[in-house]
Amino acid sequence: MSHFDRRTLIKGGAALGLAGATNLLDFAKAWAQASPFKPEPNSTLNVLRWKRFVEAEDAAFMKMVDAFAKATGTKVNISNESFDDIQPKASVAANTGQGPDMVWGLYSFPFLFPEKCIEVTDVADYLGKKYGGWVKTAEAYGKYKDKWIAIPVAFNGGYINYRISAVKKAGFDKVPADTAGFLELCKALKKNNTPCGFALGHATGDGNSWAHWALWSHGGNLVDKNEKVVIDSPETMKALEYVKQLYETFIPGTAAWNDSNNNKAFLAGELYLTGNGISIYAAAKVDPSKKEIAQDMDHALWPVGPVGKPTEFQLAFPILAFKYSKVPNACKAFMAFMLEAENYNPWLEGAQGYLTHPLNAYDSNPVWTADPKNTVFREASKRTLAAGGESPVTERTAAALADFVVVDMFASYCTGAADAKTAVRNAERAAKRIFRA
Amino acid sequence: MADAALGRAGSMAALPDRSLWARLKSNREWLGAWFMMPTAILLLLFLAYPLVKGIWMSFTDARIGRGGAFVGLENYEWLWDDDVFWLSVFNTLLYTFIASVIKFGIGLYLALLLNRHIPFKAIIRSIILIPFVVPTVLSAIAFWWIFDSQFSIISWSLRHMGLIDTNINFLGDQSWARTCVIFVNIWRGVPFIAITLLAGLQTVSPSLYEAATIDGASPWQNFRHITFPLLTPIIAVVMTFSVLFTFTDFQLIWAMTRGGPVNATHLMATLSYQRGILSGTLGEGAAIATAMVPFLMAAIALSWFGLQRRKWQHGGSDA
Repeated sequence: MSHFDRRTLIKGGAALGLAGATNLLDFAKAWAQASPFKPEPNSTLNVLRWKRFVEAEDAAFMKMVDAFAKATGTKVNISNESFDDIQPKASVAANTGQGPDMVWGLYSFPFLFPEKCIEVTDVADYLGKKYGGWVKTAEAYGKYKDKWIAIPVAFNGGYINYRISAVKKAGFDKVPADTAGFLELCKALKKNNTPCGFALGHATGDGNSWAHWALWSHGGNLVDKNEKVVIDSPETMKALEYVKQLYETFIPGTAAWNDSNNNKAFLAGELYLTGNGISIYAAAKVDPSKKEIAQDMDHALWPVGPVGKPTEFQLAFPILAFKYSKVPNACKAFMAFMLEAENYNPWLEGAQGYLTHPLNAYDSNPVWTADPKNTVFREASKRTLAAGGESPVTERTAAALADFVVVDMFASYCTGAADAKTAVRNAERAAKRIFRA
Repeated sequence: MADAALGRAGSMAALPDRSLWARLKSNREWLGAWFMMPTAILLLLFLAYPLVKGIWMSFTDARIGRGGAFVGLENYEWLWDDDVFWLSVFNTLLYTFIASVIKFGIGLYLALLLNRHIPFKAIIRSIILIPFVVPTVLSAIAFWWIFDSQFSIISWSLRHMGLIDTNINFLGDQSWARTCVIFVNIWRGVPFIAITLLAGLQTVSPSLYEAATIDGASPWQNFRHITFPLLTPIIAVVMTFSVLFTFTDFQLIWAMTRGGPVNATHLMATLSYQRGILSGTLGEGAAIATAMVPFLMAAIALSWFGLQRRKWQHGGSDA
C-alpha cells in the first residue's frame, strides 16, 4: 500500500476536482480511485445495522451506501434489525461463522467476541490523522489490547430532555448542573404534577445510561481499572439513596420501561423530564400535532455529582467486520468511506443531532449550531466515560451491561424488592461471577 | 442342462425356499425400522442433538463467540447461590401452578357447557379457539398495550368512569405484573384445554347418563361418578401438555415484560435466554435451561402415576 497522507489526498483531490465536487457520486468515484482501501472486485457486502430512530438519518445513510456501491462496483445489502436484536444476531453470526460481513451495533458488543473481528488499525489511523484525532472514549470503544477491532462510527448522545414551562413552574431557570439541585428540581416537578421519569426496566440504552451516570457521579463503580469488583462501597450506598429519592418523584411504571416508553410518554404530554437521545425532539418537530411540545422542550447536560467531573454514559455505535467475511477489503473501504467528511457531514445533519462524532474535526458541523437546542449533544463524545467506567472495555463489561447488573441493583432497591445491602450484594455477586479471572 | 432345469422345476414344485432378501422384504420389523428412519433422523438431528449439546454446554464455560472448557458442576454450584435464579424458579412454579389450575377449571367448565345442545354450537366452538390460534407474540404485544402503565385502556376506562384516580401500574408493580402475565396465559390457554376436554366428553356414552338419571342421580353425581372418571385419561394428557408448555413459556413473558419489573416475571426460559444469549454466557444459560428438566419430568410422572393407573384404563377391571 503506497504512502497515503493529506498531501496525496489534496493533490489527488485537486487533480480530480474534489474541491468543486458537490455531487456525492462524483466524490465517491474520486474517493474510490484515491483510497488506500480498495474493495474486492465484483463483491457483495452484507451489512447489518440497527433500525433507525430518525428517518432523515436513515435516508442520508442509504444515500451514502448508494454512492459507495456505484463508485466501487460493490453490491451492498443493508439489513435493519431492532436495537435489542443486533447483539444476539451478531453473537450467533460470530459463533457460527456465517452471516453479515459487517455489523453496526451498540456499545461494546465487539468485545463479546474480539477474536472474531478483523483488525482495522489502518482504517482508524487513516481517519484519525485526517480528521483531527479520535476522542479518548472512541479509542476505548474501538481498541482491544492496542489493536482496533471496530470503528466507533458515532456516539448516540443522550441528555436530559425537559419541558421548559414545567421547569419554570417548578421555580428553576434551567436544569441545575449539580445532582443535589437536580433532585430538588425533580421533587418540585412532582409537586406540580409534572413528573419526571427514567427507565428502570431492562432498557438497553436509556436504562443503562442513566443508571451508570447515577452510580459514577457519586463515585461508585462496578469494577476498578484492574477489573476488580468494587461495587460494595459507601459511594454506591450514596448513589442508591440518591436514586431512591429520585424514584419517589417518578411517574409510575418506570420499573417496566424499555427504551421506547419514555419517548411515548413525553410525546403524549404525560412526562415532563427524562433522559433520552434527541429522538423525542426530532419526532416532535416533524409531527404537526406535537409542535407545542417541540417548542416547549429543550435539552440539558447531565448534572455533575459529588465527584466533581462529568460522568456521563453515552452509547457508542461501533461497526465491526467479521474475520469470516470473504470481502475484508470492501469492509474496510466501507468503514473509511462512512467517516469521510463528504458523507459524514450530511449524515450528521440528517441525523439532526441523534449521532455525535468521535473525530474532533466534526465539531464544526453546522448541525450543532443551526438549532441551539441541539448544541448540548455535541459534547456527548467528550463528556462520556466508556462502558466500563474506569476499567477497559472487554467482553465482561459487555456481559455486565447485557445482564443489567447495575440497573437491576437500583431497580430492586427503589421498588422495595430488596434492601440496600441485598441489592448491592446481588450486584456484587453477579459482577464477581462475570469478572472472575 | 436338462438335469439342472429338471432340478429347478423339482425344487419349485416343493415349498419355495425364499432368499434372505425376499424374507426381509416382508418382515414387519425390518420394514417398520426403515419406515421409522426418516422421522428418527429428524428427531435425532433437531431434538436429541440440541438437547444433548445443551446439557453438555451446561457443564462448560462456553461463551458466545468462543468455545468453552469443561468445568463440571461449576455453573450449577453458582446458580445454587443465585437469588435471581431461585426467583425465576419460584416465578415459574407459581406461574405454572396458578395458570394451570385456573385453565383447567375454566376449560372444564367451558367444555361441559359446549357439550350441551346450544344454538350456533359449531360457530361458538370455533370462536372459542381464537385466543389459542392467534400468534402468541401478537396477543402478547396487544396485552402489553392494554396493560401499559401510562396508556392502558383499562386504566383510562376506569378513570373516566370515576372509579379510580390514577393509572394502575400494571406492569411496573411486581404483583400486578405477575397477575397480568398469568391472566394472559390463561386467556391464551383455556381454548386448548376446553376443546380437548370437549372431545373427551363426547366419547362418554349417553346411555350411562340415562341409566344414572333413571336411578335418580343428581347432575353433580353424574359428573362425579361418570363424567370425571371417564375423562381422567384425557385430562392427564391435556394437563401434561398444558403444564409443559406453560412451564417452558418464553414468548409471552418476553414480549410483555422481558422478565421485569426487577425480575419479577422472569421464568427459567427467559432468564436462560438473557444469561445465555444476551449476556453471552452460554454455559450458564444452558445450565438454567437444563435445570428445568427435573421439574418437567416430575410433572409427567405425576400425571402418569396419578391419573393413568386405574386398571380399567389398561383393559383390566376396576376393583
